[in-house]
Amino acid sequence: MTAFSFSAEPINIASLNASLRDVTCGGFVSFEGWVRDHNEGQRVTALEYEAFEALALAEGQRVIAEAQQRFGVENARCVHRVGALGLEEVAVWVGVSAPHRDEAFRACRYIIDEVKHRLPIWKKEHYANGDSGWVNCERCAVHAHDHASVA
Amino acid sequence: MTTPLLGLVLAGGRSTCMQRDKAAIEYRDGQTQLAAAVEALRPHVTKVFVSVREDQRTEPTRRHFDQIVDQVAASGPIAGIASAQAVAPNAAWWILACDLPFLDHATLANLAARRDPDRDATAYRSSHDGLPEPLCAVYEPRTRDALAAYIAAGRHCPRKFLLRANTLLLDPPNPRALDNANTTDDYWQAMSTLNPQLAVSQREIRVQYFAILREQAGRREEVITTQARTPRELYDELRGSHSFTLTADSLRVAINGDFADWSRPLSTNDAVVFIPPVAGG
Repeated sequence: MTAFSFSAEPINIASLNASLRDVTCGGFVSFEGWVRDHNEGQRVTALEYEAFEALALAEGQRVIAEAQQRFGVENARCVHRVGALGLEEVAVWVGVSAPHRDEAFRACRYIIDEVKHRLPIWKKEHYANGDSGWVNCERCAVHAHDHASVA
Repeated sequence: MTTPLLGLVLAGGRSTCMQRDKAAIEYRDGQTQLAAAVEALRPHVTKVFVSVREDQRTEPTRRHFDQIVDQVAASGPIAGIASAQAVAPNAAWWILACDLPFLDHATLANLAARRDPDRDATAYRSSHDGLPEPLCAVYEPRTRDALAAYIAAGRHCPRKFLLRANTLLLDPPNPRALDNANTTDDYWQAMSTLNPQLAVSQREIRVQYFAILREQAGRREEVITTQARTPRELYDELRGSHSFTLTADSLRVAINGDFADWSRPLSTNDAVVFIPPVAGG
């Protein structure tokens, strides 16, 4: 399995934890991104993730390689969900094991931040009122209008 | 005694539709249309003049030629024709527009060979409407008084003048030769016809859509035949046809599976993905 991967099924966290076990490591840090029931004042009932997988996989490997080099960790993995997700499901999982906790924390933080910013992955939220929208895409025009009226 | 045949290339137009001086346009070999028309006509006549308005005499495209300045109270090509006839009343005048990018040697040689000095004029029959083409035609000296009277009566259409006169009408050897280039569209068409090496090439580009762009395009992918040279031009084209709400400024672009610059030249068969603002995690 590659260091970064997608899953269309619920993420098997136990087996990911096991894959990072290493007798030379004294620290293990993981991060789970969960589907929460609200966003920007709207009640969220479900999510969809869509990815440009070929490029996201390549960029995901680059992110993990950067973390390994930058923080001197060897064992790092990330799995991101695609498709339809319900509330409370794990949308993204990052795990890092390292000889000491500090580099494990920092590498884990680096990976989730870069994954959110750089990978071509999109999230569509479905709301309790029946609306839906692509996060960061639908309100661009509104934001532009706000800037114009402030200026 | 034979009647001298003089040439007059019309270059006094205001080129309003072309939005630039038609006489100065260079279609081929870095030669202005005006110079090309003068050179094409030169072998067939005793001397070539260029018809100009008073305010065009020192203009760089025109100043090197022998000129006949409009001196008739009329506007348009008929003022140039009448002015030439006033300058040399006993000559026949071969009138030639300067905005005929497709004019060829055969068309001029055929008119020279078939001109009939015993008629009022010799002209080509338009391949579009069958009417006389007045701006590549020989006007014999005997038309001078009639033309002056026609202008004095407030008329100014040389085509109708030739229609009423005893005009020999010839069929053009090349039906396109007298198509004029009057608008900017005409210009680009003439440019690419005359210079096939400059023609903008078409590319086939495979475009994949994701997320909001997939929904707005109503498809996951398509193959576009386009003249767009860069992803930015391609996105602007697609934004129009698919009514995308996002502007290029908010997107990134990938070509053949990796992030790319917006101004990178596109090649045929490139696979392009426009990347809306991401929201992983």
